[in-house]
This record gives sequence, structure tokens and C-alpha cells, in this order.
Amino acid sequence: MTRSLLNVDARTAKRNASEKRFRGYGLAAIFVAVLALIMLMTSILTAGLSAFQQTYITIDVALPEDQLDKSGVRDPAAMAKVTTIRYAKVLKQALLAQLEAEGITTTLSDKDVAKILSKEAAATVRSRVLANPDLIGTTIRIELLASGRIDGFYKGRVTMASAALDGNTSPEALQLVEQLAERGWVETKFNWAFLTAPDASDQRPEAAGLGVAILGSLYMMFVVLFLALPIGVAASVYLEEFAPKNRWTDIIEVNIANLAAVPSIVYGILGLAIFINFAQLNQSSPLVGGLVLTLMTLPTIIISTRAALKSVPPSIRDAALGVGASKMQSVFHHVLPLAAPGILTGTIIGLAQALGETAPLLLIGMVAFVREYPAAYTSDAGLFGEASTALPVQVFNWTQRADPAFVERASGAIITLLVFLLFMNAIAIYLRRRFERRW
Amino acid sequence: MVLNTRIAAACATVTVIAGAADARDNVQVAGSSTVLPYAAIVAESFGENFDYPTPVVESGGSSAGLKRFCQGVGENTIDVANASRAIKQKEIDACAAAGVTDIIEVRIGYDGIVFASEIASNSFAFSAEDWYKALAAEHYIDGALVANTYTSWNQVNASLPDQPIQAFIPGTKHGTREVFEEKVILAGCEEGGYFHAMLDNGVDEDTAESACMAIRTDGRSVDIDGDYTETLARIAADTNGIGVFGLSFYENNTDKLQVATMNDIIPTTESIASGEYPVSRPLYFYIKAAHLDVIPGLKDYAEFFVSDDMAGEDGPLAEYGLVSDPELAATQDNVANEVTLGN
Repeated sequence: MTRSLLNVDARTAKRNASEKRFRGYGLAAIFVAVLALIMLMTSILTAGLSAFQQTYITIDVALPEDQLDKSGVRDPAAMAKVTTIRYAKVLKQALLAQLEAEGITTTLSDKDVAKILSKEAAATVRSRVLANPDLIGTTIRIELLASGRIDGFYKGRVTMASAALDGNTSPEALQLVEQLAERGWVETKFNWAFLTAPDASDQRPEAAGLGVAILGSLYMMFVVLFLALPIGVAASVYLEEFAPKNRWTDIIEVNIANLAAVPSIVYGILGLAIFINFAQLNQSSPLVGGLVLTLMTLPTIIISTRAALKSVPPSIRDAALGVGASKMQSVFHHVLPLAAPGILTGTIIGLAQALGETAPLLLIGMVAFVREYPAAYTSDAGLFGEASTALPVQVFNWTQRADPAFVERASGAIITLLVFLLFMNAIAIYLRRRFERRW
Repeated sequence: MVLNTRIAAACATVTVIAGAADARDNVQVAGSSTVLPYAAIVAESFGENFDYPTPVVESGGSSAGLKRFCQGVGENTIDVANASRAIKQKEIDACAAAGVTDIIEVRIGYDGIVFASEIASNSFAFSAEDWYKALAAEHYIDGALVANTYTSWNQVNASLPDQPIQAFIPGTKHGTREVFEEKVILAGCEEGGYFHAMLDNGVDEDTAESACMAIRTDGRSVDIDGDYTETLARIAADTNGIGVFGLSFYENNTDKLQVATMNDIIPTTESIASGEYPVSRPLYFYIKAAHLDVIPGLKDYAEFFVSDDMAGEDGPLAEYGLVSDPELAATQDNVANEVTLGN
């Protein structure tokens, strides 16, 4: 056979085959990665999307004066003494009255009928009444959370069959709610409270929300941004542009690279020792959390900032110095603005990493049951000093709860966290696309 | 000038941050993850009904909580430690060394420990001896310790189903493990006469006890270091598995789990309160007396916790699975009078 470009000889065929195989491996690798991602997303979305829906039952509640304000003078202090236990009784009466008015009969005991409402309902009515004492003596129409099991029934988590085995609900209760629903008293709608309400105890999964966690995460991100960005940029500008190249800067460089790989829990131990035990900052506070995450994020920011500074061509510096600019002027007027997109991208990715971090927060008391919204500043607790939790911590907390309704909440919290991360990464990509210059 | 204002601003920031160590107005609680749900329920109700902020409740385990409790007195330390066991003398000493001398012990009720399996699988009626025989590493037979060779429950006790032995028990960091070892494994060792056989053959009591309580490590018994949710997941994956749960966890998952009887007694809050069901333990929380006058709401929180509205027989805690304490009234008096340990 004559040698020709059109005939593939054995060696070329072998090389082509090996290339084909390599492409195959690559595709397989991508396939595995995509499959893993799809599996992850499907499992989280199927489990968690229902957290964004919530079932409410509307009832007309008579607010009798003889039960809620015996003195009848609407004294706020006296009215505040009436507890949610009393309000729960008022609600039970209202619910029974409603069933009677609708002509719904049931074999359930009064106590079990009351269980179709969330335990949160009494608190909702009480705070409504305390905010507006004039409501006493009147009948108000109010939308109240259905209990977790009823809510689960409308989301497919609870079935008649599982309810029959369940100590916390019964098929009769579900039928009762269905009859209420036929008459238009039950509604499942978008659950804003999931994003705004604070955490709730194990008895009220239906009332649990991410409000405190989102606020806590936000405060921590502020702390990280305002500390890690200036410190990180100053450190990298100095190391990259001004520092002499000697053994000391080499040591510092190696250490920064090492710090970036230190397991995050180590920073938690450090935070506990330094910020809480030594500096006496408040435990469980976003300030301490932010400081710990700052330590954790700094190496990431320094490394990415240095890479961004390095990518600015030396000709820019030379030109600035050539027309008589000082070293500092050349850095601040020319190098830093050109490196800014890279720095910002690195910072946002560092922040995103900090946002999803749980381990260091375990040790500084942020893995907690917190229901009070933390204020950004109070004279007592200082800046970001009030106890709070954070998004990933809330996920961790909810996965440990006994009530199955918290599984859905935990996945819902993961979805929320992922949306935040996606949003932050999208900003990073946008900044890079929009401002990055190539030489 | 610009620089000066910047320095001033920086100083202001530092002052603001330094001001963080001021008075705290919420109660801080940490400790046992078994007590956590109860404490959270109380904290939630407390926040709703009182003018104080909702207490912050952390988990982390009884030992970890008591360790933090004993770090000292001051607003930067926790006020209350939850524990699923009584405080140890060692811990009281550690507390005293750090200046925490006045501790109020509050028993909130009892927690039952139950054995449960997958709802669709076989049902079980255990005795403590069955558990000892199934899970002990070695049995004392004819004067010698012999490795445990049982592989299925009907070999242990002919009345049990023919199902491979597979148990998921709490890991050693859990307070539940101690109760399981003492009230089930050791009790079974004694019931079966193994313990006495050892003593009769001249084995000293401590050695005999630890020989009784050594759990087999051949995979038939798996330590779960996580929470009951993990045990539940393991049972869902392996339907032969039998798990150790708290009563409240089981009561919240009755559609997935079936509970086993112990000496033919079904675990319920009633049978545990009456003492018929043998495997239970008291739950506690500990208050730092020195904080009572400093932290607003601390005493109200403690009193509210043990009030009949909360910890009583019809209260939300009992509804969640706490076995209420028949001597609750005495506990309420102790809290009201701030009776400290040792007094």
C-alpha cells in the first residue's frame, strides 16, 4: 500500500484511537459530575420545595372579655398576664363553634379537634390582641397556621394510611380538615413566613422560618466584607508591589497558602479562645461569627488578590513610573483599578464560601435555638452583638429534629442558601465579564 | 484632615466593638441534645408570654454543656446547663474551682428509652436478658468468658423471631448510652445470672461489671454518634435493624417505627411514670445561682419550666414525650426557694 495522507497508518490510527478514548473519559467524567448534580438538586428540590408552601385555616374567633381581660379596663400589663394557654382555649371554642356553624360533625374529642391548628396559632391571636386591645369583645376573622401534620397532608407527606399509625393525628382529623376545605376555610399558599419568621420549637415545625438565620448570615457577611476586604487587599498589595523578595516574605507566602487549607473548625477553636474567652465578646453573636469567618476567608482573598495584581502587565507600572508617578501612585491609580474585577471576584467567592460554613460556628455558640431577631446595634450588646444563628447552622439544626416536617424545612433552607450562593456567584461572574481586561 | 477623621472613625468602631461585653438581657442555655427539644418548647412559650427575650438554647451534649457551665461566673458564661444525667462530683469540683459554687439542680421529669424497629418488620417482646445475650461481647459460661456467637434473635430467645441481630445503639458520647448499658445490658447480665456466676467464681465486682457491659464489636451492634434521625435513617435502610430511641422521638415517628415491649410492658408516659417500664432516666437542668440576680428573667424561666402549665401531666412537655415527675411540686419549691446543691 502506498503511503498517503488519505490512508491512516497504524501509528496514526493508534494516536487517533487514544485521543478518542481520552475524549470518552472526559465525557464520562462530565457525565458523572452532571449526574451527581442532578441527583443532588432533585433530592433537595423534591424534599424542599414544599417548604415554600404553607397551609392556613381561617376561623372566626370570638374574643370574650371575661376570659381575656377580666378587669375590663384594657390594662396592657394585666392583659399581658393572660398566657397563650388561655388563648388556646379561646381558639378551641372558636373552632368548635365554627364546625357547628358549618354543620360538620366529627367523632374526635374536642382536644383532638383543636390539634388541627398549630400551637403557634394561640401566640398569633395573642399578639394581635395585645397590639390592638379594642379587639376584645369582638369577633375577628383570622388566618391561622394549620398543624404540621395537616400541612403535610396537603403536601402529600401525610396520607390517610400514615395518619392511621400516627400518634399526632388521625384519618378523622384529616377528613375534618377536608370538610373545612370544601367550604373554603383552608388554603395552601406561598409561605413568606418561611423566609421571615424565626425558628420554632419541635412542636411547631409549621411555624419555623429562616428570619433570624438570614439576618445572622447577613450581619456576618457585613463583618467579613468590611474586615477581610481591606485587610486582604492591603496585605496583598504590600506583598505583591512593595515587599522585598527575601526569606521572610517567602515564609509569609507559604504560611498564607497553608492557612487557606486549614480545616475551618480550627478557626472556630481559635475564635472561642481569642474572641470569646479572651476578648470577652458575646457568644452566639454574629460579630464573633463574622470575625472567625474573616480569619477563614482572608487567605482566599489574599491569594486571589495577588493573582489579580500579578495579571496586570508590568508595562502599565513601567509606564506610570516612566511619566514620573510614585510607586504608590502607580499602584493606586493604575494597577489596583485594573485588578479590581479580579479582586472583587475573589472576595465574592470567599464570601460565598464563608456563607456556607458551619463547622467554626459550632464552637462559638451559634448552633442554637434563637427566636429573637438580632438587632444590628444595641447599646447593651454592641455592634452585631446579639445572639443569632446562620443559614447553614439552621440546616444542621433542623436535620436533627424529631418531627418529620423538619426534613422539608431543612431542604427548604438548603434551597434558600443555594439561591443566595447562586446570586453571589452570578455577581462575581457579571463583574468579571463586565470589567475584566485582557492583554 | 481626611486621615484624622478616618482614624477617629476607626477608633469609634473599636469602641463600639469593645462595648460588646456589656450586660446581657437574655438567658443562655446549653447542654444535652435530649433536653434540647423540651428546653426549646419552654423557651418559645416563655418568650411569647413574658416580657423577656426568648432564651437562647444550644445543644452539644450533657458533658459539653456542664463543662461550659463550669467555666466560671459572669455574663459571658452560660446561665443554665441541660443534662440528661445528674451532675458528677468531678464536675461539681471543677465548677467550684472556677468559682461556680452555688448550683441549683432542677429535675424536669423522666425520659423513656425505647427499642423500635421498622414498622413493617417483625415485632419484638424483649427482656433485658435478651439484649445482654444478643449484644454482649463475651458471655460468662462455665467459668470462662466465651465470645458471643449468636447471629439471630431466635437463638437468643426461642420466642423471638428468626431475624438477624442488628442493633443501632447510641455512641459513647451520648448520655443515653450510659443508661442503656446500666439499665439494659448490666441488668440483663444480672437477670441471667451471669453477673452472680462471675462473682461466685471470685471475679471482683468492677471487672464483672465491665465484662457484662462490653458490647460486641463484630458489626452486629453499631454505635450511632449522630442523633436519633440518623438511627431512623439506618433502620429505614436496613429493615432488620433495631434502634434505641428516646420515647419522644418514637412518639413523633409512630408511622415509621414500631416499638418493642420490655418485660411485656409497652413504653408509654404512664408506664414509665409508674416505674413499670424499666428503662428510663431523669432529665435535669442546672442553674448558676450567682446569675439569678444578674440575668433578667432567669428565675422566671426556671419557674416557668417546672410550672404545671409546662412540665405538668397535661403540659406541652408531656405531650411531646416527657414523663412528668410525680414530685414536681417539690421541684417547684426548690426552684422558688433557690435551694442549691448540697443544701
